[in-house]
Amino acid sequence: MAQIAAPVAAPKRRKNLLSDGQGTLAGILLSPTLLVLLVVVGIPIIMSVRESFFAIPSGVDENGRRFTEEKFVGFYNFTSIFANPEMVNAVWGPMNRLVNAFINTSVFTIVCVSLETVLGVAMALIMARAFRGRGLIRAAILVPWAIPTIVSAMMWKLIFDSAGVANKILGQTVLWLGDGPQSQWAVIIADVWKTAPFIGLLALAGLQTISTDVYEAARVDGANAWQQFTRITLPLVKPALVVAVLFRTLDTLRMFDLPYGLIGPNKYSVETMSMFAYQEARNLRYGPAAAYSIILFLYLVVIAYAFVALLGADVIGDDELKAVSAQRKRQRALNKAQRRSGGPGAATRPPKVRTTITSGESPT
Amino acid sequence: MPFAHKAGRVLAAALTTSALIALAACSSGTTAPTSGGGGGSGTAAAEDWSAKGPINYVQGKDTSGYIQSVIDKWNAQYPDQKVNLIELSDNADQQRQSMINNAQTKGGSNYDVLSVDVVWTAEFAANGMLAELPKDQLNLDGFLPAAVDASTYFNKLYAMPSTSDGALLYYRKDLLTAAGIDKPPTTWDEMVTDCKAVQAKNSGIDCYGGQFQKYEGLTCNITEWVNSAGTTFLSSDGKPQVNTPEAMKGVNTLVSWFKDGTIPKAATTWQEEQSRQAFQDGKLVFLRNWPYVYSLANKTDGSSKVAGKFGVAPIPGLTGPGVSTLGGHNMGISEFSKNKGTALAFIKWWNSEENQKANLQKTSNAPTIVSLYSDPELTKQFAYLPTLYDSIKNAQGRPKVVNYGDATLAIQDAAYSAIQYGVNGGTGTDPQAAFDTLQTKLTSIING
Repeated sequence: MAQIAAPVAAPKRRKNLLSDGQGTLAGILLSPTLLVLLVVVGIPIIMSVRESFFAIPSGVDENGRRFTEEKFVGFYNFTSIFANPEMVNAVWGPMNRLVNAFINTSVFTIVCVSLETVLGVAMALIMARAFRGRGLIRAAILVPWAIPTIVSAMMWKLIFDSAGVANKILGQTVLWLGDGPQSQWAVIIADVWKTAPFIGLLALAGLQTISTDVYEAARVDGANAWQQFTRITLPLVKPALVVAVLFRTLDTLRMFDLPYGLIGPNKYSVETMSMFAYQEARNLRYGPAAAYSIILFLYLVVIAYAFVALLGADVIGDDELKAVSAQRKRQRALNKAQRRSGGPGAATRPPKVRTTITSGESPT
Repeated sequence: MPFAHKAGRVLAAALTTSALIALAACSSGTTAPTSGGGGGSGTAAAEDWSAKGPINYVQGKDTSGYIQSVIDKWNAQYPDQKVNLIELSDNADQQRQSMINNAQTKGGSNYDVLSVDVVWTAEFAANGMLAELPKDQLNLDGFLPAAVDASTYFNKLYAMPSTSDGALLYYRKDLLTAAGIDKPPTTWDEMVTDCKAVQAKNSGIDCYGGQFQKYEGLTCNITEWVNSAGTTFLSSDGKPQVNTPEAMKGVNTLVSWFKDGTIPKAATTWQEEQSRQAFQDGKLVFLRNWPYVYSLANKTDGSSKVAGKFGVAPIPGLTGPGVSTLGGHNMGISEFSKNKGTALAFIKWWNSEENQKANLQKTSNAPTIVSLYSDPELTKQFAYLPTLYDSIKNAQGRPKVVNYGDATLAIQDAAYSAIQYGVNGGTGTDPQAAFDTLQTKLTSIING
């Protein structure tokens, strides 16, 4: 991508073709945000990583005092996950507690997010329709999302009580709040109930950008409702939906408050990675807790990367960057053409064009 | 190069998104404790017991609204050594966490007197959070020996017993009388026989209920089953002995009761409140619970169907009355307190006979001074008091270990799996195997 103009304008060439020369201003304007991010995100992550390489020796001295000086232990907190496994026997059979938590986390994510996506899109389709009482339906669908998770956990706890409404309706005594596959379903039901509206809301935003003309044209061409849904609605709502699903996936992977509040701590059938890490920290083993958090963090990074790279989730407003770079390409082509034609701009570099693109036109 | 750019951006996007979202998960591991002060370095420093000045008293949420009035009395008497009440959550786990977090700030710690659950005492002392109390300045004669023992760690006193708690057997007096039984059962076999007699006349009533959800209450219940079977959960020198044939007699009886429906399988999801509700709704003949149930189940506002129809007795055992698990709170003084003299005077005053009596009358918290259990005025107000004393005087503590969280979880794991074995009609992990594992785990936890 060497520029023809390069030898001419040798002294200062912008390294980043996306930069429009306002980098300093942008830096100044963004610095408060970056500072806050550094303090509330960057430093804690670095401290977590540091902590994961330290541990307090177990045991007590002759006075019964616990050793309190942290020692650097290298990768011990990570290697001991498999070297000294804590075995538990939950739904997936006897296994390492961390592996069990990992499987729980992944299964919850897959099942919950799948159900939420289907239900969320269905909700969005209903909400997008114009009918009487639409405002009421929209509000009703969004109520679960508005309730704090721990409150909904307590609410579902009453419903799933052994003498609660769920068992009254089913007509049998299912021990939802015990520790077993039924507890997993209690968590899944409560989570889907709570967060399907979130996907519904984002999908609705996507739906509303689809022009009715497209549907009209499809009808003229004789497409039936299903064809309209699969050929028009889904592809056009996909960018918004993928972002919603990505957020839900990452959210569910770090699920903590719902199983903790609804089923309780140390219940291996519903224990997620964050719950296990929290439990370790509660027992004052901060090093291993940090190590488990780092593992969860890396897992999240991999999943997020997969979403962005494979499904093209557009989380950082790439459209804007694309537009800036397209504008720049046009400018270069223009310069080239001008030089070739030996026009007035051939000897001197053309004046810099400052582009300002607002996000007003961006679909997301 | 464009590809590299894109990949870089994609990675940046993935990293930022997941960083933001993982923050909540990570933050639990970021509070790095540096040192608990004095730990691991030999003998504790001598405390200055003469420093006087204002102090903070820290306890769980006071739902009675009575605590502040006692503190006001102290403040009127000692205006230069004012006590300020800091109320924490009403959740025991969160109280513990707040106290630990506060102690980790050491110099910044503003907690002086701590109301410590009996099972935290060892952990707090081992972490250097509690000051060793001068035994010569505290007269603990006349205090419940089990409660004093629960305040002791490595033969040193770290707290003063302030409230106590023991299990009671609530029984349906009306139903037993109707079935021709004139006194509550003292053994497990008698209890089953009594139940059969009652159930013959009242179909649909379950026999026994306790707290068998997987939480701290399960630890209390299972230790009672083992201790009531003629052995002790821990030997006299603190070694676990939980998989012996004697201990397994208790466990296996419990498991068989789940198997044959003597205990409803819903009890595996019961904590104190759910089991109280079941008893109050008239669904149980017998209930194991703490003393607080007494006044609630006797309420005549319609919330209880058994008001005036039940009695209390010590919990039953294998061959005679059973052994309760000890509950309650102790008052300790923070190692980092600057005014330990005032703090010491305050806990002595707080736990005086007069104040404990008033505390029982206002908040129903059982006292730690033996003579109060036979105080005529109190026994008139709290008819269960003599029974409770029978329960508490023989009560056994839970393991006194530094990593109590690990110990109680290991106990809950074994107990819950044994109970599941009963609920599922004899499938799953064999109770003996579960308690063999527990024996191994507890041994290693207690040895540190």
